[in-house]
Amino acid sequence: MQNVTLILLLAAMAAAAFYMGRRRSLAVVGGPAHGSRLHSLPGYYGYFTLISCLLPALGVFLVWVLLEPKIIVALIVDSLPDAQRTTSAGELNLLVNNIRNLAAGDATSGEIDAVMRNAAVRYNEYVAASRKMLTALTLGIAGIGGAVALRRIRPEFRARNRVEQIVLYLLVAASSIAILTTIGIVLSVLFEALRFFSEVPLTEFLFGLNWSPQTAIRADQVGSSGSFGAVPLFAGTLLITAIAMVVAVPVGLMTAIYLAEYSSSRVRAIAKPLLEILAGIPTVVYGFFAALTVAPWVRMAGESMGLEVASESALAAGAVMGIMIIPLVSSLSDDAIHAVPTAMRDGALALGSTRSETMVRVILPAALPGIVGGILLAVSRAIGETMIVVMAAGLAANLTANPFEAVTTVTVQIVTLLVGDQEFDSAKTLAAFALGLMLFVVTLCLNVIGLSFVRKYREQYE
Amino acid sequence: MAADRRTSREIVEAGLARRRRKEKLFRATGMLATAVGVIFLGVFFATLVLQGSSAFVQTFIKLDVELSESVLAPEGELDLAYADFDGLVRSALRKEFPEVSGRNERRELYRLVSIGAGYQLRDLVRSDPALVGSTSTLWVPASSNVDMLVKGNIDPTIEESLRPVSDAQVAWVESLRKAGRLETRFNKALFTNGDSREPELAGIKGALMGSFYMLIVTVVLAFPIGVAAAIYLEEFAPRNRWSDLIEVNINNLAAVPSIVFGLLGLAVFINWMALPRSAPLVGGLVLSLLTLPVIIIASRAAIQSVPPSIREAALGLGASKMQVVFHHVLPLALPGMLTGTIIGMSRALGESAPLLMIGMVAFIVDVPGGFTDPATALPVQVYLWADSPERAFAERTSAAIIVLLGFLLIMNLAAVIIRRRMERKW
Repeated sequence: MQNVTLILLLAAMAAAAFYMGRRRSLAVVGGPAHGSRLHSLPGYYGYFTLISCLLPALGVFLVWVLLEPKIIVALIVDSLPDAQRTTSAGELNLLVNNIRNLAAGDATSGEIDAVMRNAAVRYNEYVAASRKMLTALTLGIAGIGGAVALRRIRPEFRARNRVEQIVLYLLVAASSIAILTTIGIVLSVLFEALRFFSEVPLTEFLFGLNWSPQTAIRADQVGSSGSFGAVPLFAGTLLITAIAMVVAVPVGLMTAIYLAEYSSSRVRAIAKPLLEILAGIPTVVYGFFAALTVAPWVRMAGESMGLEVASESALAAGAVMGIMIIPLVSSLSDDAIHAVPTAMRDGALALGSTRSETMVRVILPAALPGIVGGILLAVSRAIGETMIVVMAAGLAANLTANPFEAVTTVTVQIVTLLVGDQEFDSAKTLAAFALGLMLFVVTLCLNVIGLSFVRKYREQYE
Repeated sequence: MAADRRTSREIVEAGLARRRRKEKLFRATGMLATAVGVIFLGVFFATLVLQGSSAFVQTFIKLDVELSESVLAPEGELDLAYADFDGLVRSALRKEFPEVSGRNERRELYRLVSIGAGYQLRDLVRSDPALVGSTSTLWVPASSNVDMLVKGNIDPTIEESLRPVSDAQVAWVESLRKAGRLETRFNKALFTNGDSREPELAGIKGALMGSFYMLIVTVVLAFPIGVAAAIYLEEFAPRNRWSDLIEVNINNLAAVPSIVFGLLGLAVFINWMALPRSAPLVGGLVLSLLTLPVIIIASRAAIQSVPPSIREAALGLGASKMQVVFHHVLPLALPGMLTGTIIGMSRALGESAPLLMIGMVAFIVDVPGGFTDPATALPVQVYLWADSPERAFAERTSAAIIVLLGFLLIMNLAAVIIRRRMERKW
């Protein structure tokens, strides 16, 4: 049976369980007229039956669906002749894939022998058997759960407390998903990164000056030993981030000052939403604009001044990234400026300072922690930004500080190392996870510091 | 010495001009900074519309195709998969320009129409096999180079070797135009086709459906989980270290680079759980983890804005804590939660970096029909097309971006409307 049909069937059973539970609760006290003899409202007895029917069955269903492919593959591999079972993991994987394709009637690669045909037939048999068992099991559990719940319904049964307790557990589970996500990120990235560092020493990765992750297919190939010195990537990331900050910080800060202090409310009502649009544009669109419009401009402008500009210059990518970050800087600066008590501002103005003097000498120093926190968050955003640099920055790992040359960044390399490559054992793909770990750790530190600055500062004046 | 001793008033007045100048300069800088963002936005949309609007129309050529039985069914039996429809298109072109002879010239002539013309013929014959033997007149898509020439994106006055269309082709296009056999019409293929290597046949339907399936998964998972988490954190969680940790954690998750979520998806969903690569299901799972913090933060704000008097009134009438939350707080906070969810969804719709990690960048021609079919997404399609060297793909990239921005605009407008219509001020 299809999973969707099964789910629909379960839903129907759950609905039936609700009505039966509700009806039974009224029946045990002798009709709706005596409803007040029940501990809880009749609906709670219905919900209790529904939950007992649905929750265990859904749990079994999910576990089964997740484990099914692995178990079937293990069974198939177990039944293969010894010669094929003991081949390398890669070949075995290919074989299993072929068997699976054969079973589904899709195109296969390589030769197909009787063993594989048998295996494919068996595969289909296992799948069919598994489906039948799954259907029987989930529907059975749902039925038993509902029946048991129905039998427990008595006038003194505390159905509401039970239901509320279960709902509370569900709420706790939902809120812990955020924690689980973080743990998942840390574990998955850390685990693969550790595998990488067992092949490439940590010191070489952190301090090596040469990045060329191509590992050889043949042993005698030229440049066969991939080298994984990530310093050029860090330098490239920093260069592009610095360019972005040079654009975003002054423009964002001055925008916030102008809108908070000088502009008429009409200008503010128009300019603010327009800048918010800037924040809502997908990064891939910025990337397209940087690669196809800004990069040629930068190149032309540079050449007219007699400069040599690479077509994938760091300047184009960084400048567009800076524009993307303007709204972030300006909105966080705006928050910080508005949090400064008006008494300070009024005091400075009353002593005869101009508005710019008030801003520069009184408000900005008072708002500085908040602004710095905002800038740290913006830096973290720039470091982690992917699409703009993938599309507009280069791939070559040059160690340079010249903004007209092409540089590559950590995120660009993660994308190039992982796109299209399915192999999971080479140092090349694992390197992407090591870079991901670096990225996660650095942005996490920046975020924690930035957020605590922003928050502490807010509390200070509240 | 008495002459040097100025009064405070004199000191202030001496510096006044300089200070006023500074003030003006400061103000002008602020205005300039604000203008930078707005001007960029204007330039950005102007280039986008200039480049992309032409992709919504497409050049078509009118051909009289003789569906001769001898070509289609040489052995008396019509096999749609192998019949030489391209040959029919070619002979129709030869008939149109009888003066063209020689292998190379003919090959150039054939390049006027898209290879999609053959497919169009096949679909025509499939829908009505009785047409075999007759002559039909139909409009077939021109090749992308002809399309670019007609739209003025290729300049026919520059030297022949510098442009992808030859002088002969320019002349043929001109004569077709004069004969009324060349027209630009609405580009339906852009919305009904999947991806293609041929720009004139490439469409965004596959990417749109991929994004659609992904957003369904995302909203089904992220909305209930996000709302439930927000309810727990606001209404039930004891104020202790654990809830502080969750709070800090959620704020940080919202700022983790999206590509890291892609790495998580690759390691957990694809390698560990063995879910299929390139599937909208996995994309949706990753995007729901990505949007969860956004939804939780917005939902918490919505719950906070419900005044405590409502809770107290319900509690006073004997409702349990759970009843207070689900009967009173949740319905009142729902508009705010919905707004946050729509904002989160629009962020998910524009996201592409994590999708690259889980294999949604493959070249996929078929329109996905389910949650586990290989698919791509609208922003990823933009990325793929932006990488293609053909001029015609640049135009289509802009068109795809316009469609993407259109969807984002609609979602954000919906959020604004919900906020205006339904949110209460207490």
